[in-house]
Amino acid sequence: MLKWLEKNLPKIVMAPAVGLIGWFVYGFVLWTLYISFTNSKILPKYELWGVGQYVKLWGSRKWLIAVDNLLIFTALFLIFCVVIGIILAIFLDQKIRAEGVLRTIYLYPMALSFIVTGTAWKWILNPTLGIQKMFIDWGFENFTFDWLVNREMAIYTIVIAGVWQSAGFVMALFLAGLRSVEDEIVKAAKIDGANLFTVYWKILLPMMRPVFFTSFVILVHISIKSYDLIVALTQGGPGISTTMPALYMTQTAFHKSQVGLSAASAMMMFMAVAAVIIPYLYSELRRENAR
Amino acid sequence: MQDKSHSSYKQLEQKSKYTNMFLRWFLYFVLVIFALYFIFPLYVMIVTSLKTMEEIRQGTLLTWPSGLNFDSWLVAWGGRGYGAGDTFLKPYFWNSIKMVVPAVFFSTFIGAMAGYVLTKWRFKGDKWVFLFLLFGCFIPYQAILLPMARTLGVLGISNSVIGLVLVHTVYGIPFTTLFFRNFYVSIPSELVKAARIDGAGFFKIFFKILLPVSTPIIVVTIIWQFTQIWNDFLFGSTFSFGEAAPIQVALNNMVLSSTSVKEYNVDMASAIIAGIPTLIVYVLAGKYFIRGLTSGAVKG
Repeated sequence: MLKWLEKNLPKIVMAPAVGLIGWFVYGFVLWTLYISFTNSKILPKYELWGVGQYVKLWGSRKWLIAVDNLLIFTALFLIFCVVIGIILAIFLDQKIRAEGVLRTIYLYPMALSFIVTGTAWKWILNPTLGIQKMFIDWGFENFTFDWLVNREMAIYTIVIAGVWQSAGFVMALFLAGLRSVEDEIVKAAKIDGANLFTVYWKILLPMMRPVFFTSFVILVHISIKSYDLIVALTQGGPGISTTMPALYMTQTAFHKSQVGLSAASAMMMFMAVAAVIIPYLYSELRRENAR
Repeated sequence: MQDKSHSSYKQLEQKSKYTNMFLRWFLYFVLVIFALYFIFPLYVMIVTSLKTMEEIRQGTLLTWPSGLNFDSWLVAWGGRGYGAGDTFLKPYFWNSIKMVVPAVFFSTFIGAMAGYVLTKWRFKGDKWVFLFLLFGCFIPYQAILLPMARTLGVLGISNSVIGLVLVHTVYGIPFTTLFFRNFYVSIPSELVKAARIDGAGFFKIFFKILLPVSTPIIVVTIIWQFTQIWNDFLFGSTFSFGEAAPIQVALNNMVLSSTSVKEYNVDMASAIIAGIPTLIVYVLAGKYFIRGLTSGAVKG
């Protein structure tokens, strides 16, 4: 008995982690999947109902708006974060004085919650007393900036705040990537007469392929899950113009008590994340095996 | 001949010196502009929190406050002292502390053990077990909210700090395991093998060999978990309300409550109070924060 215990001690120690994740992650996802095929309203029902909830979901105007917003947000969020992140990383890589201070400034938003920064941005973008008033007081009398309360433009305020929060993170990833390149490669290229621009454009950036990939995966993942920022900034409004899937899911579940429908929307989010993550994990694992 | 080429080379050098200088100025200019852009919201938060509402209406976002007026901070922290409807952050701040400390401890401990087994007591299929845990870093939590709400209800710990400790411990495990596993992989297994031959057991090896060198990864993990859990809003707002709410939820409720006139100075003071613990940790231990971010950063 004691011998058995000793032999299996590692597995016993491992058990809580595996058990908890098995139950609370995999078990729960399966439960949600099952419920998405039932006609559950306030309380879960367990007789199967087919794909009705998915049909209902994709016929819902609010969900279509949410998906639309997600696509707009993801595209802009990706482009701006990556472009700003790369520019900052390359510039910081030029033996800059006070690099530490600048890096700290670029990255501090990551330490704050989206609720904190959303509250700040909501005040800054506020049409009466915020940025608009600042420009009017500076003499631009016809300056208007009402995106926060404008149905067409409100989604872009979420992009502004989101990029501000996450661009520094992309910078950190690229800076780490650039620093891991051997000096010799850059030196050799310079001896061959390549200028700095060519060195980065032709040699270093193409070497950053894995970093691009990682940034892409993480940013898409953040954007699919974005919830807090929208709650803090617009609550999905004006109207339902800035709804996103994560907000749709919680509202449908906890305000509208449409448990089956919200489970279906959660599964759509799950599949979207899985489509990005599984290839990523696969390639990471292969890279590790190759080492 | 010799001279001519020498002088033209000098000219060239001179010219490249000027372009270089111009480039350096341009570099610093861009970097500083971005720094201002990143610092701007924090600046606005701080100055707004120090102004009176009258000053806010008269000035702009950038106007310097007339003095160090901490009234809004006091209101944000301790309220105005009239009973009902007076929401302030103090009790929720303590809720968050009571939630963060045990959740960070448990998730770090479980992750350390899992990382230790996965690297030093390898067994058949351990790679798959790791992948199995790792996937938990990425799932959108919406896919587990409904069953979690029911489970907390069945356990009788919905709307309580204990419930949130459980939730944060569980969903932190994939991250803590990832950190410890990646760290222990780099520690030579020969040491462990030698100790095993000497008859050292499972726990002895952990406490005598691995734990003494684990300080950096423990710091990284604690900072990461602390920041994530302190800043969480989704779990807090879904599984708690009223008195058991953590600080982010309370902050959001305070800002959204539309009683009488909007007090932006109090809003900003509240936001700073809710953000200050993680900000302090970031400033003091930024190196470890960034390491956590870049080595296993996947959470949204």
